Amino acid sequence: MDLSAINPVLLIAALMVAATPILLAAIGELVVEKAGVLNLGVEGMMITGAIAGLAISVETGSPLIGFLCAAIGGALLSLIFAVLVLYFLSNQVATGLALTLFGLGLSSMMGQGYQGVKPPLTEKMNLLGLGDLPVVGPILFGHDWIVYLSITLVIGVWAFLKFTRAGLILRSVGENAEAAHALGYKVNLIRMGAIAFGGACAGVGGAYISMVRVPQWVDGMTAGAGWIALALVVFGAWRAGRVMVGAYLFGGITVLQLNLQAAGVAIPVEYLSMSPYLITILVLVLISAGRARALGAPAALGQTFHASR
Amino acid sequence: MIRIVKRRNPSQAWAWATPILAVLLTMIVGGFMFAALGKDPFEAIRLIFWDPLFSEQFASYSRPQLLVKAGPLILIAIGLSIGFRAGIWNIGAEGQYIMGAICGAAVGLALYPSEARWLVFPLMVLFGGIGGILWAMIPALLKTKFNTNEILVSLLLVYVAEQFLAKMAFGALRNPDGQGFPGSRNLAQWSSSSNPELIAGTGAHWGVVAAIIAVLVAFILMTRHRVGFDIKLMGVAPRAAAFSGVNPNRMVVLCLAISGGLAGLAGLFEVTGPSGQITDSFNQGYGFTAIIVAFLGRLNPIGILLAGLLMGLTFIGGELAQLMIGLPASAIQAFQGMLLFFLLALNLMSDYRIEFGQKEAA
Repeated sequence: MDLSAINPVLLIAALMVAATPILLAAIGELVVEKAGVLNLGVEGMMITGAIAGLAISVETGSPLIGFLCAAIGGALLSLIFAVLVLYFLSNQVATGLALTLFGLGLSSMMGQGYQGVKPPLTEKMNLLGLGDLPVVGPILFGHDWIVYLSITLVIGVWAFLKFTRAGLILRSVGENAEAAHALGYKVNLIRMGAIAFGGACAGVGGAYISMVRVPQWVDGMTAGAGWIALALVVFGAWRAGRVMVGAYLFGGITVLQLNLQAAGVAIPVEYLSMSPYLITILVLVLISAGRARALGAPAALGQTFHASR
Repeated sequence: MIRIVKRRNPSQAWAWATPILAVLLTMIVGGFMFAALGKDPFEAIRLIFWDPLFSEQFASYSRPQLLVKAGPLILIAIGLSIGFRAGIWNIGAEGQYIMGAICGAAVGLALYPSEARWLVFPLMVLFGGIGGILWAMIPALLKTKFNTNEILVSLLLVYVAEQFLAKMAFGALRNPDGQGFPGSRNLAQWSSSSNPELIAGTGAHWGVVAAIIAVLVAFILMTRHRVGFDIKLMGVAPRAAAFSGVNPNRMVVLCLAISGGLAGLAGLFEVTGPSGQITDSFNQGYGFTAIIVAFLGRLNPIGILLAGLLMGLTFIGGELAQLMIGLPASAIQAFQGMLLFFLLALNLMSDYRIEFGQKEAA
């Protein structure tokens, strides 16, 4: 066992990469839940994004087009959910589960020809030419553009929800859909937009796993990342900044346990691989031990809205 | 202008028609999907839904497989449906299934090579159920003590259980006479622990018997017993249930214990019978497919019996189609997911009425 081989600077840089997929998915789901919809299909949208991004980028040779198509793929899949939940008034929990089951099957079907194929490289940037600085270089300036996109999205979502009129309307739909409807806001259209945004974010997050983190296609490769993203929204108490802290915390645990595996710690590999899930559960317990309402859960979360009531 | 209006009472006719309609719609859309994969859709649908039961060439092998696949699906789905009725979402049945199998197998292997079948097998069944219950008690207690979301916890525990399974298959439960190969002793071949076909040519093993008993007990529970009434009441009107003296925490524990226990039993019957061994991949996703079965059966025990048979048929038909025309196994998975979509969409018809006419001023 050689723990001195673990370099803290590289560890922090790596944890940002490890956190990016779930951060993207979680910030998307945050917006969906703020609009009062619980979409449990994050895992399905992520894995669909993962194969869509990989396949398209392999075919076109362009990671950018790949990520774009992953966003579109995730959004399209989420629209199935949106139509069922908003217009067919189906149960959100069951429909979200259906989305996950369908997404897992669909992705594995689409991925048949791409087993073990390497996607084109998503290059690391050298932001402002500062990537070569010691310590802060690799952590702050040396990532690929998706990492910066995810951070930008967190700031964007935070500002949107806090400062804009549109953000206020979206939150009102999530707190009391009937009241928002009575004021003349198009509840279903707003929710549809939020769900599509969540789908696109989850798609890009999934593509980041298949195109940067691994990078190749493996069946079921998201391995619960979507569920962890859902847990992060609860952990973050429906606030963008705290979701980001949670994602980085989780990324840190993932990277640390991988480093410990590589360093040959005496703990069996299987138990180390369990740790991210166990710690997610532990964090959920700690955070939900308080009063659920005070945490900031949107009041209408998960409720079906029908204008006739 | 099309409007949807809530029915005062759900339509019984639509309640029965929706699953059938959903299956038909899934066949049509699934046919397009198969065509997109370059397979003849009519042949694929025939291979999945008809040939496993009625073709002279395949039926002798496939027909017994129907109960082998449907048994665990029904057993798990019955447990899940009781929780779903109460609004308690255990979606980690796959994990409880794995832990039940490990727990029961461990007890059996501890007694190896005892000849006392009267002791070993019942004990394994008992501990299979206990294993599932204990694993389900984690989300139950976290829910009741800390108000933690049972959906996320039960699901995340599936990944933990899978890792634990890998550890057991390569570690503590590995066959000491297995020349270092992963996987436990073959439990189906050891006379004290095997779960054999009870009636030759039917595929019915003890798990199928348990599934039938579960259907009957669940039917009586849900239609004739106070507890069933409380469960349904809690799902429809939690506040009214609380006023009538239903303790929500006890309901959470009860529903998760039932679903976890049945999933654990299903795992034990699988590992002593069709699968035979604890390996790192003996679980086949029954715990997830059972969610579809529960909804396809409209959370009704009799419906679940039929839905389980149908879903079992798509499994063996899917294997047949894979063998005959190279239809990928994942296409069946997507097909099953699609079925759930159509089902949920069509549910609208039983609770709402579609009206055509002039839009009134709101």
